[in-house]
Amino acid sequence: MTDAVARAVCWFGRFLWDFVIGDTPELALATGVIVAVAFLLDGSEWLGATLLPLLAAGFLLASTLRGRRRAPSRPTGR
Amino acid sequence: MHTSSTLVLVLAVFGASLVEMVEALTLVVAAGVSRGWRSALEGAAAAVVVLAVLVLAVGVPLIRYVPIDALRVIVGALLLVLGLGWLRKAILRSSGHKAPHDEDKIYDETVAELRADPSAAPARRAKGRDPVGFVVAFKGVFLEGTEVVLIVISLGAAQHRLGLAALAAGAAVVLVTIVGVIVSRQLSEVPENTIKTVVGIMLSSFGVFWVGEGAGVRWPGSDLAIPVLVGFFLVVFFAYTTLLRALLPTAPDAVAEEAAAA
Repeated sequence: MTDAVARAVCWFGRFLWDFVIGDTPELALATGVIVAVAFLLDGSEWLGATLLPLLAAGFLLASTLRGRRRAPSRPTGR
Repeated sequence: MHTSSTLVLVLAVFGASLVEMVEALTLVVAAGVSRGWRSALEGAAAAVVVLAVLVLAVGVPLIRYVPIDALRVIVGALLLVLGLGWLRKAILRSSGHKAPHDEDKIYDETVAELRADPSAAPARRAKGRDPVGFVVAFKGVFLEGTEVVLIVISLGAAQHRLGLAALAAGAAVVLVTIVGVIVSRQLSEVPENTIKTVVGIMLSSFGVFWVGEGAGVRWPGSDLAIPVLVGFFLVVFFAYTTLLRALLPTAPDAVAEEAAAA
């Protein structure tokens, strides 16, 4: 019974790791930065409402550009 | 809670569940065809029951005992990681940098793998229960469903709408099950990348909103900021997809790059 619980906890830990970090650790880091910035902007209105989505979009672009490294080639003449 | 954010919540959970359950259905059908339907269906049903228990066991205490602001930051961060990840994948697929998800290929591979197993003899399948079929179907539904459970718990807990979120997920499960039973095959025609894009946009919007809300940022228009964020991420998706399409290397470029790398 204890073994089964330990295995389940290990499995869930691995699942969470894959889920949160996986092959895009930069997005987990980005989320941490966004959370920290949100706390720094506590009480703000327009500044927070503008900066947080822009930060998310910026990190998304960086991560997407990183992900295109193994890009397939496109035939010429298209 | 504003109607628009409730609608976005329902659509996000329903869409996420739809995508994940279509993927799960592929494995259940593959298990059913190659190892017998009884075991595959029992495995799928058992996984759904375990997932429902998880929602109750984790979701209800979260709503009752965790302070709402802390919950919103944690949930927002979780949704943001997931949403940005889905959006990233959708942008890479839409711009041609990543191959689209292929249910037919996954189905063929799974069936071939299961049929290659010597214990899959027709005589044994005809008797009824087949442990391999049960496990494959259970794992397929459980693994795809765990992501749905996290989304249901996150969105449901942050808005104190766990019941509604679970209902939206349940509706998607029922829909996929009914369609799966009718056509009795994997649903490769479902526009999975489009749904994943929409869900990614919604999860990212909710993520940014809840992180800000929980940390004390005052959103102009309160909950009305959610549809605005959805619009923002939609524009971001199209802009990035266009940009990445332009960056797709042509064949001679790729050859030159490979030669330079060598």
